[in-house]
Amino acid sequence: MAKPVDIESAAQRLAEIIKKQKADYIEARLEEGNSSYITYRGKDLESIGRTTAVGGNVRALVKGGWGFVSFNDLTGLSDKVKLAVSQARFVGNEKSQLAPVESATDTILVKDKNPVAIHLSEKKQLLDEYNEVIWRTPRIQTSVIGYGDGRKKVIFISSTDSYIVQERADITLRVTAIAADGGEVQQVGLSLGSRGDFSAIQGIHKQVEGMARHAVDMLSAPYAKGGEYTVVLDPVLAGVFVHEAFGHLSESDFVYENDRMREIMVLGKTFGGPELNIIDSAAMPGLRGSFKYDEEGVPATKTYLIREGKLVGRLHSRETAAKMKEQTTGNARAINYRHPPIVRMTNTYIEPCSASFEDIIGDIKEGIYAKNWYGGVTSMEMFTFSAGEAYMIRNGKIAEAVRPVVLTGNVFNTLKNIDAIGNDLDMNQGGGCGKGGQMPLPVSNGSPHIRIRHCLVGGR
Amino acid sequence: MEDILAKARKQAEEAEVFTASVEETHVQFETNRLKHIQSKQTRSVALRIIKEGRIGYAVTTEMGDSQSLVNNAVETAHFGMLAKFGFPSLTSYLQIDVFDPTVEPISIEKMVRLGEEVIATVTKHTPGILCEGGVTKGIISIRLLNSRGGQADYRKSIFSLGIEGNLIRGTDMLFVGESESSCHPISESKTISDSMLWQLEMAKEQASSPTKSLPVIFTPHAVAGAIMPSLMAAFNGKIVLQGASPIGSKVGQQIFDKKLKLWDDATIIYRPQSRPCDDEGVLSQRTPLIEEGIVAGFLYDLQTAALAKTKSTGNGARNGGLPTPSPSAFVIALGNATFDEMVGDIKEGLVIEQLMGAEQGNILGGDFSGNVLLGYKVENGKIVGRVKDTMVSGNIYHVLKDIAAIGNEAKWVGGFLQTPPIYCPSLSVAAK
Repeated sequence: MAKPVDIESAAQRLAEIIKKQKADYIEARLEEGNSSYITYRGKDLESIGRTTAVGGNVRALVKGGWGFVSFNDLTGLSDKVKLAVSQARFVGNEKSQLAPVESATDTILVKDKNPVAIHLSEKKQLLDEYNEVIWRTPRIQTSVIGYGDGRKKVIFISSTDSYIVQERADITLRVTAIAADGGEVQQVGLSLGSRGDFSAIQGIHKQVEGMARHAVDMLSAPYAKGGEYTVVLDPVLAGVFVHEAFGHLSESDFVYENDRMREIMVLGKTFGGPELNIIDSAAMPGLRGSFKYDEEGVPATKTYLIREGKLVGRLHSRETAAKMKEQTTGNARAINYRHPPIVRMTNTYIEPCSASFEDIIGDIKEGIYAKNWYGGVTSMEMFTFSAGEAYMIRNGKIAEAVRPVVLTGNVFNTLKNIDAIGNDLDMNQGGGCGKGGQMPLPVSNGSPHIRIRHCLVGGR
Repeated sequence: MEDILAKARKQAEEAEVFTASVEETHVQFETNRLKHIQSKQTRSVALRIIKEGRIGYAVTTEMGDSQSLVNNAVETAHFGMLAKFGFPSLTSYLQIDVFDPTVEPISIEKMVRLGEEVIATVTKHTPGILCEGGVTKGIISIRLLNSRGGQADYRKSIFSLGIEGNLIRGTDMLFVGESESSCHPISESKTISDSMLWQLEMAKEQASSPTKSLPVIFTPHAVAGAIMPSLMAAFNGKIVLQGASPIGSKVGQQIFDKKLKLWDDATIIYRPQSRPCDDEGVLSQRTPLIEEGIVAGFLYDLQTAALAKTKSTGNGARNGGLPTPSPSAFVIALGNATFDEMVGDIKEGLVIEQLMGAEQGNILGGDFSGNVLLGYKVENGKIVGRVKDTMVSGNIYHVLKDIAAIGNEAKWVGGFLQTPPIYCPSLSVAAK
């Protein structure tokens, strides 16, 4: 393992340099981390590697304009700060606005075992077991497994005297089974993740087995017919739904300088029924979207986005909060030192209500039960998300499996069409969110089972 | 680099060192004005070794700590795949020009002006539209060295311009956009603004689509979004080797419409995806993939080619990890229909520009399904307006088996695909 590079001394040098510059605001992040990964393609291990990285950035604000410089080379820091300031000065032509934040000096260390340090043979052993489970399934053509872990330390300093050291660890695992028959190919995947806790990805042999069998079943499954359905989403897919269908719209960088969006997203507006509560909270401990401070040194909060069906809040950076005259929420995040922070979600979920699963599907004559996620994307107004598994619901019962479906909706109608919310909240840790070229950012999404009327489903 | 190679060779039979460094400047526009300037300087060193016949791999950003890099590679080699290939010993490569020295000195002012020109034209045409996007210039330097004496060393310049416009009326949101990239500087903004104005004109009225099978024209953007993900997977030698490509065993067979011709090309001068050699030091080439509808070949890196008992096609690319077969640039041959002729042929149908979520389906199987983010209704041979809340679904192996026509003008999309529009006689459409 590489010895950690000393980013502390560079941070202290930077803190001195920043003080001497003329700008409305300057911040810097220095980062040091390592990671390991193992991938399988088919029966054999495909790649295994270790990565170490050191880098940093400086971001400056002058008269409302931003400059940003990122680098791997920790020498010549003074020139880098000057470049960021001169860029910001080139852009700036108004008054800088940043919501106030108390300066902080803090150190948050990872308490759990460092996953990168776990011996590669232990990781490989576990993946071998999962791969064997897949390959035991008849008619499986091949498998793909991707495991990755990482640990990093980030030092944040600002011209307003913050000095925050945060460590984090992360683990992701994606297992995919691929079944084939003639020219037909079907794939089913499973994604897991944790804040560095290796045990979170252990012992899922049964799930992997079920997934492989489902891939084979899909080969002979019919396609759903395209059209409008009553759709029931499991907690995993409902989590993706809330992230895509509403979460992105609540990111205020889409709103703050857009007058029409401000009208559409006015606080108090009704988006859903009285049972609907949507929350984003980095302050929930131990999830992949959790942290104590965001990348602008703002403390994490629990933010209600929708309460009893009404829009009550949104996610902010310091700039968007100031320009909208709202409270900071601590949602400015960057995937790494190569990018400036932008407004992002953390752990986003629908609060549970009282309906049981039987209540939810009981009175559906013909509908679709969609489980597990494959992906999701939004354009603000419209969104699509895709299920990993889908079944017909007939006369209140789960019936035959159909091929995986893509669902789509319009945020201004679809949330209102949620007419049942279950009692079984579950947070999914396997997600990664992409925005502005920054992907995958660790987030978690969750929900209980939910039912949506008149949901548009693609099919033949 | 030589030092790392020497240290690695003390512990392994074979070794290869690959360094990439990038210097990039990006000016970014938000809500119709300049908002942000970014400079990024990145570098990394990757070491691949073959020790006791197995592949080991490690990457670092730290040039000074070569012993850790070697140690990490040695540790992973204990578990790595058996190496079936040898490093190439080539030292001279084709002359494929990808570096234009006039890119680097372009001033920030000039880059800003280019973006402002597009925004001015678009906002003048459609007041109330909000544009975002950026102009980027960059220089990439690549060096490669291996224990067989092979080496490569080249620079590439990249310049790109991309603008997206968002128009909100009530709660209706319209998105238009265009981008362009080259190894030369882009000096005029008209191509981008013309394309955006055309999209705005076509989307001016709203139209609705029925739920049924309809003829559909995929514009180059839609070909890239809906059709390419499946094709790029299907022609990937690694996926073929695994038996997961639906066309893996179909070389020489007529799988697609006779009008379809597709190849991968890393040799087109001054294109951002071109290069003298791939990331393993194998010569760049043009690789036929579909010849008049017949499957002609697949893309390989060294290891996959050795396992498949064939030769590398120079498609070994690294994305932070071990080289793996990746397309350089896909090119679809021109057909003979004008865009207007294709539209004129449709009684009722769609023109699709952007599909949202198309890449979320069963890509390996060729399925695609997406919400029409930007698309137009055609009635009696004319585009009559924009469709919304409409989903199209299909399978590329069905869609490309029976093509009504291929356009006679091509466009680069996202730097990785040059394609004309493709007109398909029937596709499943679901609408509200």
